[in-house]
Amino acid sequence: MKWEVVIGLEVHAQLATQSKIFSGAATAYGALPNTQACAIDLGMPGVLPVLNEEALHMALKFGLAVNAHLSHESVFARKNYFYPDLPKGYQISQYEIPVVGRGHLDITLDDGTVKRIGITRAHLEEDAGKSLHEDFQGMTGIDLNRAGTPLLEIVSEPDMRSSNEAVAYLKTLHTLVRYLGICDGNMQEGSFRCDANVSVRLKGAEKLGTRCELKNINSFRFVERAINYEVERQIDVLENGGTIAQETRLYDADANTTRTMRSKEEANDYRYFPDPDLLPVCVNEELIARIKTTLPELPQEKRDRFMQHYGLNAYDANVLSSARELAQYFEAVVDVGVDPKLSANWVMGELLAALNKENLAIDESPIPPAALGQLLQRITDNTISGKIAKTVFAHMWLNEGSADEIIEKQGLKQVTDTGAIEKIIDEIIANNPQQLADYKGGKEKLFAFFVGQAMKATQGKANPQQLNDLLKEKLQKA
Amino acid sequence: MSITKEQVDKIAHLARLALTEEEAHAYATQLENIFNLVTVLQQADTAEVRPMAHPMDAKQRLRPDVITEGNEREVMQAIAPLTDMGLYLVPQVIE
Repeated sequence: MKWEVVIGLEVHAQLATQSKIFSGAATAYGALPNTQACAIDLGMPGVLPVLNEEALHMALKFGLAVNAHLSHESVFARKNYFYPDLPKGYQISQYEIPVVGRGHLDITLDDGTVKRIGITRAHLEEDAGKSLHEDFQGMTGIDLNRAGTPLLEIVSEPDMRSSNEAVAYLKTLHTLVRYLGICDGNMQEGSFRCDANVSVRLKGAEKLGTRCELKNINSFRFVERAINYEVERQIDVLENGGTIAQETRLYDADANTTRTMRSKEEANDYRYFPDPDLLPVCVNEELIARIKTTLPELPQEKRDRFMQHYGLNAYDANVLSSARELAQYFEAVVDVGVDPKLSANWVMGELLAALNKENLAIDESPIPPAALGQLLQRITDNTISGKIAKTVFAHMWLNEGSADEIIEKQGLKQVTDTGAIEKIIDEIIANNPQQLADYKGGKEKLFAFFVGQAMKATQGKANPQQLNDLLKEKLQKA
Repeated sequence: MSITKEQVDKIAHLARLALTEEEAHAYATQLENIFNLVTVLQQADTAEVRPMAHPMDAKQRLRPDVITEGNEREVMQAIAPLTDMGLYLVPQVIE
């Protein structure tokens, strides 16, 4: 392929504050229309916005986590445009001096290589309201509950070279903001939104191609699909002798296409100027030092620790450190005294599958980590086999008691009495002379048949290793 | 520095201001005078001067993250021309 893809992302992370960025109205999602919109959010004459301290602290937290330059004095500006869900006729944002300057975020690609993506800046701004275009007497309905909700707009450098890299960056960022506790990351509710700037250029070319901005991509899957579609479209235009127009395009998930939204030329003339209602925001070293002490262990640090301390492979460590709650659960299981690898397999396998099936979050698991730990200990001490453990797990999931109680009540204890197992094996060999002859004749695959028969006879309770050893011995002698 | 009528028309459009021909010409002249003054100011050496974000020599005060405002919908919507089901109604907007 002679084309190179160039992608930069703009992410809007809704900050998890209680109140709005410039007013004391609530930010909770899902309230009745316009019940969380006060005079400041509505842009009434004579009101004065005052910055929410927590929103500033959250922005600084993010800046520290991406090793960014933090402005000691940042400035709010007015971004002027007209739209009914923007009552003031301008959005309060930051333009020339954002609170967070240049930083970077390391992403891990599918092949394990680490790539550093530049963060251009991150600035604080207020969200707009919502327009509801369904028919209200032939008019548009406006809900201003969201107006004034604090956003951190995180702008990346055009450092990504494929949709895969874009998704990896987005996922890394998503994990980070949730770790920091500054954003709930809920993409359905719009707490974490992404616009992508996409362009293509001939490989080796220095100058960037003309870019298009893709809006409305609200899931990881859509980001990948929207970018792939847009790249193909641009290459198609260029290879047919056309030129790309700089514009904003809307991604249509149903049709999997992008279409022109508006010509950027006019819409982009926002005439920014410093907002006279707000003074410069001062951040001193003492505040930065204080915020630094509140930073949790970051995803990358946790992943590295899981690999070094617990001996997990990169994949397992990655999955288990992808969310703070999941990592906590895993470590709580290990703390019971269970082998880390066994814990990882069960948390990522049986547990996550069961949670996904019922659409539960890890902290809603009906099986607490200590209880899972007890179950896994019974595998380790040979009370039950891994297979029987799955049965016990299913019962625990239905709240039928602890692992020990279920094993006891249902008589699931492993048969480790050599004499009993030998007796069963003898019977099976005696009852299946044809299979025995075939096995002896070289059909070694039939070993599994004998194992299956023995497991059936013991209802799965034979210790698998012990059974294998005894069976091998007996078949040899038979 | 000269300001054309086309530039005035463009700004007026962005600001959603309806200007008559005469007004547009008048503003073009007024703006030109203002920009001429700016041209004079631009001759000053400002290499050592920090850009000023605000005429007041003060820093932004912060408020604690506390909900202080309740549901004021009824009061606010009493002065709105049209509402329905708690929403403000405006002429249809199509993207």
